[in-house]
Amino acid sequence: MSQEAHSVTGIDSRKLLMWIFLASDCLFFGALISTYLIFKDNIPNPPYPTDRIVNGEFFHGLLNIPLTSVSTFVLLMSSVAMVLAVYGAQNNNLKMMKGWLLSTIVLGIAFLLFQVYEFRHFLHEGLGLSTNQFGASFYLMTGFHGVHVGIGVIILISLLFGSFRRNSLGSDTGFHIETAGLYWHFVDIVWIVIFTLVYLMPY
Amino acid sequence: MTAVLPLTVKENSNSGIWSWLTTVDHKKIGTLYGISGVIFFILAGAEALLIRTQLAAPNGTIISANVYNQLFTMHALMMIFLGVMPMGAAFFNWLVPLMIGARDVAFPRLNALSFWTFLSGGLLLTSSWLFGEAPDVGWFAYAPLTEKAYTIGKAMDFYAAGLILLGVASTIASLNFVVTIINMRAPGMTWFRMPVFVWMIFVVAWLLILSLPVLTIGLVQIYFDRNFATNFFNPTGGGDPLLWQHLFWIFGHPEVYVLILPSMGIVSEVLPTFAKKPIFGYSAIVFAGLSIAVLGFAVWSHHMFTTGLGPVPSIVFSASTMAIGVPTGVKIFNWLATLWGGSIRFTTANLFSIGFIALFTIGGISGVMHASPPIDTQQQDTYFIVAHIHYVLFGGAVFGIFSGFYYWWPKFFGRFLDEKLGKINFWLFFIGMNLTFFPMHFLGVQGMPRRIYRYDTDLGWDMWNQVASIGSYMLAVGMIVFLYAVWKAYKTEPNAPDNPWDAPTLEWATSSPPPEHDFDVIPVVHDRDPLWYNRDNNIVQEQVTDEHIHMPPPSYYPLLLSIGLLVGGIGLLTTLIISFVGVLLVFYAIWGWVLEPTS
Amino acid sequence: MLRFRKTTFFLFVNSIFSSFLFGCSAWQSDPQTTVNPKSDMAVLIQDLYVLVFWLSVGVFIFIMGAIVYVSIRFRERPGVEAKQFHGNTKLEILWTLIPILIVLTIFLPTASAIPKIKSDAPANALQIDVVGKQWWFEFKYPELNITTANEIHIPVNRPVSFNIESSDVIHAFWIPQLGGKVDMMPGHLNKMWFTPTEARKNAYLGQCTEFCGTSHANMLFRVFVDEQEDFDKWVLSQQQNGMKAQSELAKEGEKLILNNIAFVTDNGTAIGCVTCHKIEGTNAMGMLAPDLTHIASRSTIAAGRYENTKENLIKWISNPSRMKPGVSERSGGMPIYEDYLTPEQIESIVTYLLELK
Ligand code: HEA
Ligand code: HEA
Ligand code: HEC
Ligand code: CUA
Ligand SMILES: [Cu+2]
Repeated sequence: MSQEAHSVTGIDSRKLLMWIFLASDCLFFGALISTYLIFKDNIPNPPYPTDRIVNGEFFHGLLNIPLTSVSTFVLLMSSVAMVLAVYGAQNNNLKMMKGWLLSTIVLGIAFLLFQVYEFRHFLHEGLGLSTNQFGASFYLMTGFHGVHVGIGVIILISLLFGSFRRNSLGSDTGFHIETAGLYWHFVDIVWIVIFTLVYLMPY
Repeated sequence: MTAVLPLTVKENSNSGIWSWLTTVDHKKIGTLYGISGVIFFILAGAEALLIRTQLAAPNGTIISANVYNQLFTMHALMMIFLGVMPMGAAFFNWLVPLMIGARDVAFPRLNALSFWTFLSGGLLLTSSWLFGEAPDVGWFAYAPLTEKAYTIGKAMDFYAAGLILLGVASTIASLNFVVTIINMRAPGMTWFRMPVFVWMIFVVAWLLILSLPVLTIGLVQIYFDRNFATNFFNPTGGGDPLLWQHLFWIFGHPEVYVLILPSMGIVSEVLPTFAKKPIFGYSAIVFAGLSIAVLGFAVWSHHMFTTGLGPVPSIVFSASTMAIGVPTGVKIFNWLATLWGGSIRFTTANLFSIGFIALFTIGGISGVMHASPPIDTQQQDTYFIVAHIHYVLFGGAVFGIFSGFYYWWPKFFGRFLDEKLGKINFWLFFIGMNLTFFPMHFLGVQGMPRRIYRYDTDLGWDMWNQVASIGSYMLAVGMIVFLYAVWKAYKTEPNAPDNPWDAPTLEWATSSPPPEHDFDVIPVVHDRDPLWYNRDNNIVQEQVTDEHIHMPPPSYYPLLLSIGLLVGGIGLLTTLIISFVGVLLVFYAIWGWVLEPTS
Repeated sequence: MLRFRKTTFFLFVNSIFSSFLFGCSAWQSDPQTTVNPKSDMAVLIQDLYVLVFWLSVGVFIFIMGAIVYVSIRFRERPGVEAKQFHGNTKLEILWTLIPILIVLTIFLPTASAIPKIKSDAPANALQIDVVGKQWWFEFKYPELNITTANEIHIPVNRPVSFNIESSDVIHAFWIPQLGGKVDMMPGHLNKMWFTPTEARKNAYLGQCTEFCGTSHANMLFRVFVDEQEDFDKWVLSQQQNGMKAQSELAKEGEKLILNNIAFVTDNGTAIGCVTCHKIEGTNAMGMLAPDLTHIASRSTIAAGRYENTKENLIKWISNPSRMKPGVSERSGGMPIYEDYLTPEQIESIVTYLLELK
C-alpha cells in the first residue's frame, strides 16, 4: 500500500519527503555558513585564506581560485548531466539515462578528488582543523558538503546498478532518479553559495 | 526482486515481543512512545523531587554540589527531550492518521525508525548516570564551560551524542508527519476541515524540521572543540561563546513551542467535545498557531538580554517576543469563547484542559514580563524564570498531555481511566503545581538565583522553598494516583464504545481500540466536525466492502538501523572505530530496507 | 465572622502583592530583593516592573475571572442545550487589538528605558574593573590603584562604572538592589553603571547568576555603599602595602608563606601561597587568586561564602574543597594543605593573615 496508493496532492510522497528534507538541509548549511561568516574577518594567525601582509610580513594565501573554479565547473556540469539522465528516464530512454547517470557519477567523483587534493594541499601548508578559525569553519563546512556529494554518488551508483541488473526501466527507477536529481541539484546549489562566499567574496 | 536480505518477519506475528520490535503500525509505535515517555517523565520527576528535597531547607546537605548540578541538567533534558516530546509524539502517532482518515502514516517503516532512534538516543543520554558522567552544565550548556578545559570526562560528549541521535529521530518523525498530513488525508478532508490538533502537529513538525539542523551543527562544533581541538566556542583560541548561545536558542525557542503546541491541539479537541459545541474561531486558532511558529523563529535572543546585546537588538527582540503574546492571547480567548454558551461536562479530561488555560496564562504573563529587557535583567537566571518555565511546561504542556490521556484512553485501549481517580489526580496536580511553582515567583523577586545547590539562611528564602518542596511531593502523589488508574484500567475488560464522549472527530468513527487498518472503510468527510455532521444529518457509515486491505508488513530494519546509529553514537564516546562499525551496520540496514518487499 | 474572613482575605491578597512589589517584608527581611531599589538604574527598572506588574494583574484577573464565570454559568444542566455557533469576526478583531494595546503599553516605556540603561557612564564615575573567575570576583580600581576580591566599597551618590569581564567561563554580575545583571563574558567586555542612593552599614548582596560549574552557588560578593569620608578612609587603607607580622605566631606564618619553603614536607610537595596570591610589598606576587594584602579587612572569605574568622580560615586552608566544592579539584585550584602542613603551621599562617588589615 503506502506511498503511491494515496496522495491527496498528486505529488508522490517520497518526492515530497525529499523536498522537505532539503528545506531542513538548507538550515543545516545555513548554520555552517553563518559560522564561517562570523569568523571570516577574525582569523588570528596564519595561514590565511588570501595573500595578506601582517606586521610587514607577507603571508601567501591558501585559496587557489582558478583550481576551485574548475572543480566548481565540474560540479555544475554534473548537474547538467543529471538533468539529461532524468530526461532519459522520463522518456524511457534507458541508454541515455545510464550514460548520463554514469557521467554524473564520474563528475561527482572528480569533484570529490579536487576536494581531497585541496584539503591535502591546505594541510600541507599547515592549516589543520585546530590551526585557526578559518581552518575549523572551512573544513567543517566544505567537509559536510563533501559528505553530501559522497552520499549522492553512492545513491547514484546504486541506482545505476539497479538499472543494469534489471535492464529495464520500471516506473520506479525513473522516479527514483528524479528524486535523486533533486538532491543532486540542491547539493550543487549549496556549493555555488559556498564557492561565492569563500572564494569570491573579498576578505 | 530477487535478493532479499535474510531478515524477514513471519507474517501474522501480531503479539509477543517480536511484534513490538518489528512493528510499523502507527498505533503500536504511539504506544511505545507513550510508555517510554511516561517512564522517562517519572525518572525526570524523581530527579526533580531530589532537587526539591535538597532545597527544602537552607544549606541542604543531602546532595553534593556535583550531583545536584547533574540532577537539574538531566532533569531538564529528560523532561524535555525524553518525557514531554515523546508523550506528544505518542499522541500524534496515534491520532494524526486516525484524525485525517488514513490507514497509516506515509512511511510506516520510517516511523518505526524514528521511535527506535529516539529510544537509542534516550538510553544513551540516561546511561550517562551509570558511568557517573551525567552532563552537569545546565540544559543549554553554555560554552566555554562545556569545553574540555572546564568539563573533563565524557559528560558533554554524552550530551552531544545523545542530542544528535534524538535530533535525528525527531527530524525523521517530522518529515514523515508533514508528508502524511499533506498527502494522506481522507476524501473531503480539506486543509480547513482538519482538526486543530492536526494543524498544531503540522506546525510542530515544521518547527523541528527547520530548527533541529541548527542545533545539530552546534553539537557537532562543540564535539569538535572537545575532541579535535577546534576553537569554535573557545575564546582563548579566537572562538566565540556567543555563537553557541545563538545556535542553541535559534533551536531552543522554537523548541518550547514544539512542547506546547501539541497540548494546545489537545485542548482544542477536548473543549468542544465537553462543551458540546464546535470550536470557536477555528481559523483564528489555526492562524494564531501559524504565526506563533513564524514569530517563534524571531525571538531567540530574549534568552540573551544580559549578554551585552546592543540597545537596538534588545529593542527588536523585545518587540518580537511581546508580539507572540498576541496570537497566544487570541487562542486563549477563543477557547474561552468555545466554553461560552456551552453545556460543560467536567470530566477529568476537561478539567485538565481548563486547568491548562488558567496555568498557561500565568506562565505566559510572566513570559511577557521578562520580554522587557530591563525587567529581565532582574529576573533572568532567578527562580522567577523557573516559575515561568514550569507554568508553561508543567501547567501547559503536561496538563495538556494528561487531558489527552484521560480523553483518548478509551479510544486507544478500549478502557476508561477511572474518573474518580482522575479527579483526585487532577486536584493533586493542580494544587500541588501551584504550591510548587507559584512561590518561585516570590523567590525570584527576592533574588534567589537558579541552579544553586544550597543557599544561606538569612536571605528570606526558607519558607517559600519549603512550600515548594511540599508541593512537589503532592505532584508525586498525583502521579502515583495516575499510575494506579492506568493499572486499574489495564485490569478491566475493554468496554469503551466507539464514541463515548460524543466527540466530533474521525478517530471516534472507528472501533475502540481501532483495528490494525484503522478504518474498515475510509470515511468521506463533509464538515469540520464530521461525526456531528453525520449525526445531525443521519448519515450512516458506508458498508464494508470486500476490498482487500493491505497493510505494510513488519520489518526488522528500522530497529537494526537504529542500533547502527546507537553504535555510531557509542563510538563518538569511545573510539571512532566503533562508530565505523555503526556506519557499516547502518549501510547494511539501509540495503536490506531498500530491497525488502513492502507488499 | 464574615468580617474576619474579609480581613484574612485582604491580608492574604495584600501579602501576595507586597511579595511581588516590595519583597515579602511582611514575613522576613530580604537582603537580596529585586524590588527595593537603591540606585537610579534600579529605580528605573522597578518603575517599569510596577507598570508591567499591574497590567499583568489585570490580565490575570480577567482571564481567571472568565474561566470561573464560564465554568459556573455554562456547566451542564438538565434541559439546557449548548448553543451552536462557530465564531465572530468582530470579537476576533477585538481580542487581537486589546493584547496589541497592552503590549504597546509595555513596549514603549521598555524601548525608552533601554537606551538609558545601556548609556555610557558619566565622566565623573568611579571606575571599577571586575573579572569573574571560578568561583570568585576580582575587583580593581584602576584610578586608585586598588586590587581586592569579593568585597568592594563605593561612595554614595557618585556614579560607579563597571567594566565587566571573565577570565574563564561565563559568570554574571548582579547586585539586585543596585541594578540589573550583566553577564561576564570571556573575551568580551561588558559595561554597567549606576549611582547608589543609600549608604548603609550592611552590605548590598551580589551573586553570580550564570551557571559556572561546581561552586556556582558559592560565588557571592558584597558591595558596601559608604558615606564619602568612610570611603576615603577605606581607599587610603587599601592603598597601603601588606602589614608586617606582629605577634610571634604570625611571624612564623609570614615566614612560612613568604619563604615558600614549608611546602616540601614528608608528605610530598605542594605549591606555596605566593604562586597564586599577592601580598603587596612582599614577594607574594601571584595573580591567579584573590589578593590577600588586606584579607583581614574583609568580612567574608571564599567569595562571600564564610565569615572571615580564624576557625573558617583554618578550615579553608586545611581543605578548601570541603568548604567550597570543586575549588581544589579544578585545574589551578587551591591545594588541600592539610596533606602538607601541620595544624600548628596552618594556625600560624592564619594568624598572619588576620593581621593583614
Ligand atoms: C512551553 C514552553 C514555553 C512557552 C510556551 C513559553 C512562552 C513564552 N516565553 Fe518562555 N521560556 C521557556 C518555555 C516557554 N516559554 C523556557 C523553558 C525558558 C527558560 C529556558 C532556560 O533558561 O532554561 C523560557 C524563558 C523565557 C525567556 C528568557 C528569560 C530569561 O532567561 O531571562 C523569555 C524572555 O522573554 C520568555 C518569554 C516568553 C514569552 C513572551 C512567551 C509567550 O509565548 C507567552 C504568550 C502567552 C501569554 C501572554 C498568555 C496568554 C495571553 C493573553 C491572555 C492575552 C493578553 C496578554 C497580554 C497581551 C500580556 N521565556
Ligand atoms: C517539561 C519540562 C519540565 C517539567 C515537566 C518539570 C517538572 C518539574 N520540575 Fe523542572 N525544570 C525544567 C523542565 C521541567 N520541569 C527545566 C527546563 C529546568 C531548567 C534546568 C536548567 O536550569 O538547566 C527545570 C528546573 C527545575 C528546577 C530548578 C533547579 C535549579 O535551577 O537549581 C526545579 C526546582 O525546584 C524544578 C522542579 C520541578 C518539579 C518539582 C517538577 C514536577 O512537576 C515534577 C512532577 C513529576 C513527578 C514528581 C514524577 C512523579 C514521580 C514518581 C511517581 C516517582 C516517585 C518515586 C521516587 C522518588 C523514587 N525544575
Ligand atoms: C594554585 C593556587 C593557589 C594556591 C597555591 C593557594 N591559593 Fe588560596 N586561593 C586560591 C583561589 C583560586 C582562591 C579563591 C577560591 C574561591 O573563593 O573560589 C583562594 C582563596 C584563598 C583565600 C580566601 C580569599 C578571599 O578573599 O576569599 C585565602 C585566605 C587563601 N586562599 C589563602 C591561601 C593560603 C594561606 C595559601 C597557602 C598556604 C594559599 N591560599 C594557596 C588559589 C590558591
Ligand atoms: Cu560564576 Cu556562577
Ligand atoms: Cu524563548
